[in-house]
Amino acid sequence: MARVAQFDPHPVQGAATQSPLHHRAASKPSGDSRVTLVELAFLDHLVLRGEPQGLAASVQAVLGLELPVEPQRLVIGETGSLQWLSPDEWLLIVAAGEGFRLQRELREALGDSHFSIVDVSGGQTLLELGGERAIDVLMKSTVYDVDPRAFPIGKGVTSVFAKATAVIRRVGEERWELVVRRSFADYCLRWLLDAGEEYGIDYRPAKVAATTPRAAVADTETVS
Amino acid sequence: MFHIYCPYCAEYREEEEFHPKGQAHIARPADPTASSDDAWGDYLFFRDNPRGVHHELWVHAVGCRKFFNITRDTRSYAILETYRMGEQPGVTAETATLAERDIERRTSDTATIQGVPS
Ligand SMILES: [Zn+2]
Repeated sequence: MARVAQFDPHPVQGAATQSPLHHRAASKPSGDSRVTLVELAFLDHLVLRGEPQGLAASVQAVLGLELPVEPQRLVIGETGSLQWLSPDEWLLIVAAGEGFRLQRELREALGDSHFSIVDVSGGQTLLELGGERAIDVLMKSTVYDVDPRAFPIGKGVTSVFAKATAVIRRVGEERWELVVRRSFADYCLRWLLDAGEEYGIDYRPAKVAATTPRAAVADTETVS
Repeated sequence: MFHIYCPYCAEYREEEEFHPKGQAHIARPADPTASSDDAWGDYLFFRDNPRGVHHELWVHAVGCRKFFNITRDTRSYAILETYRMGEQPGVTAETATLAERDIERRTSDTATIQGVPS
């Protein structure tokens, strides 16, 4: 196995963790809500790099996911989701606290082959946009064609979002996921709330998964 | 706004996602210490500025972040082809001129060459 320094980013259970959107309180429309937005915070995000033929077997064995080699493909399984970002780069999103263990198992399975795994959990967060008018919010926000004919379920792209960038993934008929950079998270959220206002956007802050070994810091206050 | 075919994403993407990076196929002198000042200066600073077919390096900056090549007509801005790193252009000044003459002969309209994915 290659000599690589590894460390568990969450060695203690219950250590304080803060989402990049911790300062933003929930907001509900006064009337009907046709768009929902929720932050799926504290998930573990890993970036996998290497030649697909070298990675595929180990990824399948450790994660139980098929490595998507086709451009723009997103594979979702029990372990989490694996998305094609570039011909030699994939984004793996797994449950909170799972990243370190899976990373170690992957490193063991890959042995001396040429690859890289980087934990980027602290640098980005995941937002879930849903509802019948979610697509209209996206159409206002990105230059990419999100029409269902061009954007089937299981597709994911990195593109321009607002004046920033985001990874846009379609995970269901009316369900979309956005991976945004930590430093742009506040801006992207404000943009989404503004763009979704006319459809009655219902925003709920970070939903901490039941399995998370970490406690979220509750210091949410209204920012207007 | 127009679309550019990214040979790695294998689809047309919005121009906003790309950045041009100058002339393509510039070979670094194999032995820099042995190269003359003129040759090194040419390599570092001097670029072609053709009227017509030009091979350029572009990057899909907001996307797959891969570098690739574009053959472009500097008169009409028409993209003639895009191709991966390490590949050679299919359209060159010579072949494009022939194709153009052919088009001119066949049509009296002002013909533009359309970009085709390889
Ligand atoms: Zn691309």
